[in-house]
Amino acid sequence: MGTIGEAVRRRRGGLRAGAAGRILDFALIAIIAIFLILLGTKVVAQGGSFFLQILTFAVANGGIYALIALGYTMVYGIIELINFAHGDVFAFGAFLSASLLPIFGLREGGTFTAGSVIALLAVFGLTMLSCGILNISIERIAYRPLRHAPRLAPLITAVGVSFFLEGVLFLWKGPSNVHYANIIPNAGFEIFGATIGAKDLLVIGVSIVLVIGLALFVDRTRLGKAMRATAQDRDAALLMGIDIDRTIAATFFIGAILAGAGGTMYGLYYNTSVFDLGFSAGLVAFTAAVFGGIGNIYGAAIGGLVIGMIQSFWDGYFDSAWTQVVIFTILILVLIFRPTGLLGMRVPEK
Amino acid sequence: MTVEVIPPILRVDHVTKRFGGLVAVDDVTFDVKKGEIFALIGPNGAGKTTLFNGITGIFPPTTGRVIFQDREITGAKPHQVATLGIARTFQNIRLFEYMSALDNVRLGQHCRMHAKLWDSLFKTPVERAEERRVSDRAIELLQFVGIERYTHTYARNLPYGSQRRLEIARALATNPALLLLDEPAAGFTPQEKVELMGLVHKIVDNGVTVFLIEHDMKVVMGVSRRIVVLDHGEKIAEGTPEQVRNDQRVIEAYLGKQH
Repeated sequence: MGTIGEAVRRRRGGLRAGAAGRILDFALIAIIAIFLILLGTKVVAQGGSFFLQILTFAVANGGIYALIALGYTMVYGIIELINFAHGDVFAFGAFLSASLLPIFGLREGGTFTAGSVIALLAVFGLTMLSCGILNISIERIAYRPLRHAPRLAPLITAVGVSFFLEGVLFLWKGPSNVHYANIIPNAGFEIFGATIGAKDLLVIGVSIVLVIGLALFVDRTRLGKAMRATAQDRDAALLMGIDIDRTIAATFFIGAILAGAGGTMYGLYYNTSVFDLGFSAGLVAFTAAVFGGIGNIYGAAIGGLVIGMIQSFWDGYFDSAWTQVVIFTILILVLIFRPTGLLGMRVPEK
Repeated sequence: MTVEVIPPILRVDHVTKRFGGLVAVDDVTFDVKKGEIFALIGPNGAGKTTLFNGITGIFPPTTGRVIFQDREITGAKPHQVATLGIARTFQNIRLFEYMSALDNVRLGQHCRMHAKLWDSLFKTPVERAEERRVSDRAIELLQFVGIERYTHTYARNLPYGSQRRLEIARALATNPALLLLDEPAAGFTPQEKVELMGLVHKIVDNGVTVFLIEHDMKVVMGVSRRIVVLDHGEKIAEGTPEQVRNDQRVIEAYLGKQH
């Protein structure tokens, strides 16, 4: 597996070498510049407070995508599999937490007390844990038996698992949009004419804490080091006494608890979910992971933030019907101009 | 002659490995004694590496037993084998390319580390002490194999010979009782081969038993007292370099039958 990745990297390196690479970089910068100028004229026309409002939405939206993108990138980093089911684990998190809220006494219109904070934490914890267990089970049942199979086999299996999970969610709450209780108080403060609400702060705050927590975990702990070693050379890691199966399972688990947190926050923030949420949100988050440099966790966090922000800015300033088009155009442009993503080349360590 | 009573550290007992219809290792039995340099030789495709993979648990043997320090390890997982005290290097170098030489060796000590999650996340004194110990030991090992000048270089940027030495340092970092070296001198110049053999002697002097696979007869003859020869998966000879060199079947395996 490693050799294939290496070959691809070398090939890409060759493509980008010399003058051709510089022209490609220049073209990419030009495209970004045109977009920014267009955006700039709109921003000036519509005033500062509107910009600040959109910026707040954008960062919160980006935080949620960053959490999902991390799961894609971690799994890719360690076993070079695009886990298409990951988006559906995220949707499962949104569905499960929606059902858990009333159980913990959190209802729309209820007063939000100190007890509600604890209840909300419990909902977060249970959802994250369940998503983790779900993803570990997926890995155990669907991917591990195929670990030595040609790499197309687990990829197709991942698509299959994705459809399976969407089917389960469909049977669970039906085909239409599911309302998610709006339990976070509408309180907030005003700054330069824009309202920054409790929801925005919750989403931004939790995302930052989780991303930093993950970075510390991967950087410092034995399991984190085992993950990095496994990503670089699985057989060598085995011989160093690293339990590969456990390390891979842990990677799926951690990716999924982030997705679970993301799903809960998506529900709390947008107050809606739908059975195929994982498909659309998953594709966007996957784009974010590629944009940041797939396999690189810092890249995924930044990519998620940037893609989420682009999405919100486009929704705010341009026609939201074209948002998906824009995002996948970005995916195509990244693959053409910078196939290793933003950080893919500079920080090769996964 | 007196009978030596050095206990075996590793016993390979009637080990057979089949891949489908192909018998890669066929009913092989031998002992590796504690504190010796033991060599496994044979022509290409004789099943040497397969036997290593069988011992380290990468591809467990089809039948037969592997006993390490009086403990059966047949079918144990590679990470368990490593924790029990068998380390190895690979025929084609398998380093963590995007980590520094130091980090490679530090990672080798992974299975001997004890810091808990909490310690690691918050850099408690326990963690700091362990990190320091691990780093000190890693630098010591880099010096031991003679590549301390590459301490902070990415493993992939090391010269070829130093990469092989780094792999040995990383294997030693797991604190093994038995070190398996898979063609450690492959691609070396005669001069480098001599230096490597010096290193192997140094390792044994430090109390680690060495079991090596080698292609180059001359290297093996110079370094080990006991040799097992494999050909087409079968053990065809065992003995001192002298005995092996003059063994008719060994000569035939390497040079072909005389007509």
